[in-house]
Amino acid sequence: MKRRDTLKALSLTSLGLAVAPTDVAAQKKPVKKEPPVTPGRTPEEVERDKKLYAQTFFTAAEMQLLTVLVDIILPADGRSGSASQAGVPAFIEFMAKDIPSYQTPLRGGLNWIDHRAKHLFGVGFMALKPAQRLEIIDEIAYPEEAAEAVKPGVAFFNRLRDLTVTGFYTTEMGFKDLDYRGNQPNAWDGVPQEVLDKYGLKNDPLYDAEK
Amino acid sequence: MSVLHQPDPTIEYDVIIVGSGAGGGMAAYQLAKAGAKVCVLEAGGYYDPADPQYITQLKNPWESPRRGAATSRPFGDFDAAWGGWDIEGEPYEAKSGTEFRWFRSRMLGGRTNHWGRISMRFGPDDFRRGSMTGIGDDWPIGYNDLAPYYDKVDQLIGLFGTKEGLPNEPDGIFLPPPKPRLHELMIKKAAGFANVPVIPSRMAMLTKPINDTRGACFYCGQCNRGCVAYADFSSSSVLCIPAMKTGNMTLINNAMVREVHTDAKTGLATGVSYINTRDRQDYRVRGKAVVLAASACESSRILLNSKSSRFPNGLANDSGVIGKYLNDSTGASRSAFIPSLMDRDRYNEDGVGGMHVYTPWWLDNAKLDFARGYHIEYSGGMKMPSFGFGTGLERINGTYMDPQGNKKRAGGYGAGLKEDVRRTYGAVINMAGRGEPIPLESNYCEIDPNKVDQYGIPTLRFHYKWGEHEIKQAKHMQDTFEKIIHEMGGIALGPKPDASTNYGLARPGEIIHEIGTVRMGNDPRKSALNGYQQAHSVKNLFVVDAAPFVSQGDKNVTWTILASSWRTSDYIIDLKKRNEL
Repeated sequence: MKRRDTLKALSLTSLGLAVAPTDVAAQKKPVKKEPPVTPGRTPEEVERDKKLYAQTFFTAAEMQLLTVLVDIILPADGRSGSASQAGVPAFIEFMAKDIPSYQTPLRGGLNWIDHRAKHLFGVGFMALKPAQRLEIIDEIAYPEEAAEAVKPGVAFFNRLRDLTVTGFYTTEMGFKDLDYRGNQPNAWDGVPQEVLDKYGLKNDPLYDAEK
Repeated sequence: MSVLHQPDPTIEYDVIIVGSGAGGGMAAYQLAKAGAKVCVLEAGGYYDPADPQYITQLKNPWESPRRGAATSRPFGDFDAAWGGWDIEGEPYEAKSGTEFRWFRSRMLGGRTNHWGRISMRFGPDDFRRGSMTGIGDDWPIGYNDLAPYYDKVDQLIGLFGTKEGLPNEPDGIFLPPPKPRLHELMIKKAAGFANVPVIPSRMAMLTKPINDTRGACFYCGQCNRGCVAYADFSSSSVLCIPAMKTGNMTLINNAMVREVHTDAKTGLATGVSYINTRDRQDYRVRGKAVVLAASACESSRILLNSKSSRFPNGLANDSGVIGKYLNDSTGASRSAFIPSLMDRDRYNEDGVGGMHVYTPWWLDNAKLDFARGYHIEYSGGMKMPSFGFGTGLERINGTYMDPQGNKKRAGGYGAGLKEDVRRTYGAVINMAGRGEPIPLESNYCEIDPNKVDQYGIPTLRFHYKWGEHEIKQAKHMQDTFEKIIHEMGGIALGPKPDASTNYGLARPGEIIHEIGTVRMGNDPRKSALNGYQQAHSVKNLFVVDAAPFVSQGDKNVTWTILASSWRTSDYIIDLKKRNEL
């Protein structure tokens, strides 16, 4: 797919849920659709997923903040869209329901960010100017340099970075961004010759003998 | 082909087989082909990897809302195996201060549906560790007893590999091996500098077709999802379904066996009782012989739960040995970031499901402070992203320069982070050691006197502790991994596991190679079965999973289960012909 086609496809996310870009989208009510059925499920698994889909974990305000944060972590660039365009907030919402131990660190982390904003600037994170938002993010985005006082924020941001990167790169958009070539039938005949040459490696002759 | 939901009480089967994994599947296939009327009882549901309702192969991560995370299946949403270490309504416990994790797959084909297809024969030494080292016990049979059956299994099921002529890694009848991936070539080169050999792996995928019923591998790297082409070995596709096609095998699914019945006078097995897990009613099947293949722990559980006046300690348990000598492979691993694998050219390197090369045990334990060896499995490459992809980037992206030659700050966010993901994709490798443990009488499972599962069947209680040999072996694994990582110019991830974690030694049961609970031997006072896996005291009772094995080498026991089950099946056919069954 060409880049302009990719950009055209951006409003369709991996889960078939319509999530439009960033702040604007988060203010809209999420569109409820019949949840997709994962292939090869046992009846118990189908039942469990149904239950999870029916629940809501994050509040509208939390979803808004989450959406802003994941787009700071993975913004759109010349090659692919942003995290929210890839449906990452909806993915994180699902994971919080799927793995309940995520709930308190995620909710608490969002609250921590808001407290930090109020502490530094007197208003909540969503009310900050872009530069002020990044001031807070810069405090917590570099674990090796972060101050002792913001360690809870660092732990949260590491977790959110993990979920955002995983959520983004496990979508069609992510596959294209990565230029992933696998997951299709093929005939494996070893590392391409030009790659072998680049690394100065070669195959053992035994592989030709065994053919 | 016959799939029953209830047994026909008028039928007495020639053989009842409990379990449909590697051991049960092989016995069903051999006995049904020989003309015996066989009834296979499987505790879980029907499964066929080619039936669209079960197919997860070639699906994309976004087809799972959790992107394949391991929330409901231990190896993720797309893994073929149902069940896991924890199954609702089927509890077990470990005695205080000990632990054991019991993995069960309740489905046709059992745990062959997700296994790594790593298929190594035991070598001659693996049958005689007791006499060689003074630690542990010898088997009642040797390599020569199983060698013809290994040959037959190689030909029936198919595996790839290379003839290496290594004394304790006997060669088989091999299909051509797949060429190494880039990181595997680099590992081989680096391991060479560290004097660690790396050879083509030996795995049960068809790199060439071997018959009309199974296709050749198309290199999606997803064997653990089940193969629509039957190009890898699963007991369902390669043994059970073909056995049913003979017309001689009846399969009863959702049949949780609780007891083997015996005749009060003769002491012979007469059939089994099971609970239908759907209607929870108790049913009984009659048979002239009973073959247990329910998995090491489950087979011992059934025997221990089969008490009678003749067998007050459990069926065939005059020796009291059933449940004892439980042992799982050791396992320890380490990952590394390999900077020279950054900025890779993109191409499909999925290959077969798993490693194309491995390291067989290469040292002499007589010169080491632990008694048994291990092999090393390697992974890495440009794998399909799924849940967990790209996590822990902050551990990696502070270790290299950006394209302008500036040192990067670990962590971060923004467009540069996408660049990091693209640049480091395929640059992390993992090494996993899998080693032979010392079987100990003090590691065992037994019936919990106070508990039952949801079907009313008494449950297992485990007692398992690693010994010094296993812990020192894990330490050696970690040192070896670091040597290879160093030779690759890699950066080992996370702190090196130390004594506080037994050097990263996996918890017992986590490697899912447990064996030994119904051991075979020549002495009926010390073993439950003879060398044909026939009960010393009940001549029409056999066990053909890994429960009979005296030890497990470092060899991933499935191929030996298949060979030994085939040998036992031939023995049963022979007894029948001689009218001795």
